[in-house]
Amino acid sequence: MKKTLFDKVWDSHVVSSVENGPDILYIDKHLIHEVTSPQAFNVLDEKGIPLFRPQQVVATADHNVPTENQHLPIQDALSRKQVAQLSENCEKHNVTLYGLGHPYQGIVHVIGPELGITQPGMTMVCGDSHTSTHGAFGTIAFGIGTSQVAQVFASQCLLVAKPKSMRVIVSGDLHPDVQPKDVILYVISKLGTDAGTGYFVEFAGSVFEQMSMEGRMTVCNMSIEMGARGGMIAPDQTTFDYVSGREFAPKGEELKNKIAYWKTLPTDEGAIFDLEHQFDAADIRPMITYGTNPGMGVKIGDAIPELDDASFIKSLNYMGLKAGSNLLHMPISHVFIGSCTNSRIEDFRAAANYVAGKQKSPDVSALIVPGSQQVAKQIVAEGLDRIFEDAGFVLRQPGCSACLAMNDDKIPAGAYCVSTSNRNFEGRQGQGARTLLASPVTAAAAAVAGKIVDVTQH
Amino acid sequence: MEKFQILESGMVPLTIENVDTDQIIPARFLKATDRKGFGENLFRDWRYTPDDKPKADFILNNSAYAGQILVAGNNFGCGSSREHAAWALADYGFRVVVSSFFADIFKGNALNNGILPIQVSPEQLKAIFAAIDKNPATQAKVDLEAQELCVPEAGIVVSFELNAYKKMCLLNGYDDIDYLLSQKEAIKAFELNRS
Ligand code: SF4
Repeated sequence: MKKTLFDKVWDSHVVSSVENGPDILYIDKHLIHEVTSPQAFNVLDEKGIPLFRPQQVVATADHNVPTENQHLPIQDALSRKQVAQLSENCEKHNVTLYGLGHPYQGIVHVIGPELGITQPGMTMVCGDSHTSTHGAFGTIAFGIGTSQVAQVFASQCLLVAKPKSMRVIVSGDLHPDVQPKDVILYVISKLGTDAGTGYFVEFAGSVFEQMSMEGRMTVCNMSIEMGARGGMIAPDQTTFDYVSGREFAPKGEELKNKIAYWKTLPTDEGAIFDLEHQFDAADIRPMITYGTNPGMGVKIGDAIPELDDASFIKSLNYMGLKAGSNLLHMPISHVFIGSCTNSRIEDFRAAANYVAGKQKSPDVSALIVPGSQQVAKQIVAEGLDRIFEDAGFVLRQPGCSACLAMNDDKIPAGAYCVSTSNRNFEGRQGQGARTLLASPVTAAAAAVAGKIVDVTQH
Repeated sequence: MEKFQILESGMVPLTIENVDTDQIIPARFLKATDRKGFGENLFRDWRYTPDDKPKADFILNNSAYAGQILVAGNNFGCGSSREHAAWALADYGFRVVVSSFFADIFKGNALNNGILPIQVSPEQLKAIFAAIDKNPATQAKVDLEAQELCVPEAGIVVSFELNAYKKMCLLNGYDDIDYLLSQKEAIKAFELNRS
């Protein structure tokens, strides 16, 4: 039988199937962070059972951490407690922790790939919906709830029904100023935020074949925003080159054998998907969202649609925007470049490349938050820190930061923030904050101009 | 987990669509390290003003509507994987959420916390909203064994789908974790086989 990439990885991880029920799926790697793990550790204690495979769990502190003075104790008492609890739990259960101060600390979905923990053909989970990021490697990776975190702790397995399969093909040539973020915002704006529910998505076609690993991660990261459990891209030479040589990647003979296996993973010619969508790359332009879900996006310069729908109207009211108007040249006051969607070195190179020699607008506060300590180091090594600082941007220490504003990095009520993160939900970046999702280049350009601009026209 | 068999209750209508997990429980309330007390902050920013006064126009603040069944607009529970959303609903006292569409992760999280997500057609959802609109005290009956939701007053009878395994778990109050623990030997054998 002809199999998809997803079938191949899934089927090789099924321990057994419950009659008329879900599969028992074996999990290779389990990533955890401070927010969704404490209650799961409690379950182990309540049941008096050990953590089954501690070597397959990796922890980091990211959601709650401050992005300034990380060497000092965390000011917020509750955040401090959550982070301390993570350290305690990891120590007690023998789990490797890259906590604050560790050179590997960072956003969980940034450090997995950069350390070579994420590899093709694996199953990976984390109590965080953007676990889909790791699918860029041809890995089945998806977010789980805390009850499931406890299940994986207890058994290294999950009870899950196999999702249906969808393929999203984007082929042709992208406009040179179009970023991977624009591609995924475009796809979600076309398909809607619930189009992927019940599906695992494979992104295929020349656009993804030519994309860097960083770009693929940005795309797969947001597959959850179209409702899918996860997204995947077939592993190829780009993938193998990225993985090779990383800290926890296989080495020597083992790597050779692995690569031979990884080469068998791409979808067989003629394999059937439950659903397929095709898009033409030439139609994609820099995107921006105008509403309170990631599907509410338009090409910069296009009008906000006029829909007679209560939820749509409620959303525009929250955003303070008018149907039929367009966002080009609209003033903004905040810019956030960071989050697991766009905080890898490539993102900062792209932003710095635009910013170099320019000054940020005096009316904008612009925050740059690297995804990990390693990215932060690389920023300095390449001199990007000076470009940003000379231009008036503020460079911070790694963490989730203003993506969900659990720490002090909040956007004030009513303010517009062009953000490279993945969610523009009401209050996501702070109570009353208004988020406009875009690529790092569009965000950098907005910081410089003090308003929304179309980088293809600059 | 508490068993779920038959529930008769009033309904709380939340006609908003695309209710995401950040609305169900805003991120700033995720700093707890246990599962208790989240109900207080359910729909916090819709329910209360920034200075903690109840907003009169929000449905949970309207005493005409009460019950353990939340009826919500299309695509309920989209967004993050945080189980805190399910804990908040359960802690507040909801045992059933009715909508014409649920986000995947939310559905799983709800079932793992004894909350039954019932998916109905858009027309059925409209009819249920209309019935509650006419009479806020409209009663509904959920029969899990029969997989049926009835609103007798409005003549609505809906059969809903539910995975047989999940149904068995809910009816008996079983957790997935107990089942997985019973499969330890098979899991170890699987590990040996692949290396
Ligand atoms: S950066 Fe944002 S989306 Fe990514 S893991 Fe952190 S909070 Fe979640």
